[in-house]
Amino acid sequence: MLETSTLYGLLGIILAALGLQAAILQRDAIRRILAINVLGVGVFLVFIATAYQGADTPPDAVPHALVLTGIVVAVAATALALGLQRRLEILDEDTDDE
Amino acid sequence: MNEAMALVIALPLLGGLIAVAWPQRSRCIGNLTLLLNAASAAWLLALVMQHGAANQLLGGWQPGLAIALHADALSSSFLLLTALVGLAISVYATRYFHSRQAATRFWPLWLLLVAALNGLFLSADLFNLYVTLELLGLSAVALTALGGKRESIKAALRYLMVGLLGSMGYLGGVAILYTAFGTLDMQLVGARISVSPASELALVLMTAGLLLKTALFPLHFWLPAAHSNAPAPVSAALSALVVKAGFYLVLRLWTEVFPEALSPQGAMLIGVLGCAAILWGSWRALQAERLKLLAAYSTVAQLGYLFVGLALLVSVDEGATRDILFGAVVLMAMTHGFAKSSLFLAIGVVQQHAGHDRIDQLDGTAQRLPATTFAIALAGVALIGLPPSGAFLGKWHLLSTSMEMGHWLLVLVMGIGSLLAAAYVFRVLGHAFGNVAFASRSVNAATEEWPALALGLIATLILGLGSAWLWQFLEVVA
Repeated sequence: MLETSTLYGLLGIILAALGLQAAILQRDAIRRILAINVLGVGVFLVFIATAYQGADTPPDAVPHALVLTGIVVAVAATALALGLQRRLEILDEDTDDE
Repeated sequence: MNEAMALVIALPLLGGLIAVAWPQRSRCIGNLTLLLNAASAAWLLALVMQHGAANQLLGGWQPGLAIALHADALSSSFLLLTALVGLAISVYATRYFHSRQAATRFWPLWLLLVAALNGLFLSADLFNLYVTLELLGLSAVALTALGGKRESIKAALRYLMVGLLGSMGYLGGVAILYTAFGTLDMQLVGARISVSPASELALVLMTAGLLLKTALFPLHFWLPAAHSNAPAPVSAALSALVVKAGFYLVLRLWTEVFPEALSPQGAMLIGVLGCAAILWGSWRALQAERLKLLAAYSTVAQLGYLFVGLALLVSVDEGATRDILFGAVVLMAMTHGFAKSSLFLAIGVVQQHAGHDRIDQLDGTAQRLPATTFAIALAGVALIGLPPSGAFLGKWHLLSTSMEMGHWLLVLVMGIGSLLAAAYVFRVLGHAFGNVAFASRSVNAATEEWPALALGLIATLILGLGSAWLWQFLEVVA
């Protein structure tokens, strides 16, 4: 019988692998930004799964705190990436108008 | 000691916040902050010299939970490099940004970058290092995009995505280490580590992530565009300091956390990639048509030397040879920091005076801008590795160790790399000394020209002639 934490860990690894593959292979910037987010979610999920210490013990709080920080960083980075991509599109529209 | 460590991180962070709140005065605030930062970095170095390495747990939390800072010879040397190069870049940037808008955008991000670098060099905790890496990456990307042109934004976006991929690799490794060894403290992980699939997977993930950020061949593909399309002060900071942060972390991880888990094949792979970086980077630098692209490819090559040094370092047993090599690698990293920032600032002066940085149209630069051309030559001496630069001593020790160990291919690669470096430096100087009459003044715009000149002098003269103290410092304190 597969333990729940192992299941989540495996799911995280699969998500990270899918995200990594798409981040390398995709050409479109938005798809790449999304792919990096999927990769991040995969890594976070693995990290969260490691906090499980058995049914009777409370989970280890440290990975949770770390993942929370990681999510904040990921949000900031995604915002910056989308901002830069938007800027590129505005510049492209301007050149098309001329 | 605790006050000095806290100050080194808090000062630039505070300065950055004040610069956001008070944009009219951001130039003054920026320069003042970097001046104070240089003073506190020097103070910390003096304290480390006097009392040895020190740990600090922030906020009075117990070990394992608290954010731990650690200052030793290696970290305080890199802090001093950041502080001095940062000060010169700030003086230069005061005059570089003509529009008020660009200036008010530059200073807060620049101070945040310095805070992230200082935090990274002082962190003793694997997760805190991840946070500083991300802070560094985000501020560096925003600074790269500052030019606002299409190429610079495109390069910045690619830089951001590559940086994020690298950080995710690093973070994955941290998660594995925490699960396997139950702590995030670098020293504790280093003490508990054993050869196991977990530690090897963590080593591979973290190293690969950091190599992507440090742009080791063939993961350097993003660097030339990002470094050559940024504004001159930003290029100097990226090439001299930001890539060094990744290298510093690999150096620390390989020598302090993972020595047990390292295999000779891993070191060999890094050495081979380093050799490829030296040859490919130097070759592309020689072919570059623009000065900034030349400088960026030269960074790819110089990073190659650092990784060759690292590969040699981990394959030597503990002892005198290893200590000497360690000093040589640190000296080369510092020399490259000063020399490359000098080169990029000087190129910035040339670009603003001539309106372009095309190498074949530089004729007469030596006559119009004697001080700046001299700075380029000084930086060139350090990049080639001629005496008396710090790079000469570093390379000398790399070469002699390679000979002792019978790695003749390394000797050959470093020889070819130095010849190629000489070729690309003299190609620039050859064009700069075109057949034009000399001007009567050698310094034209002091605040713009002196920073590059000072950095070049540190790289070639001070680090070369006064480098004995670095070895003593690293050996005694480490």
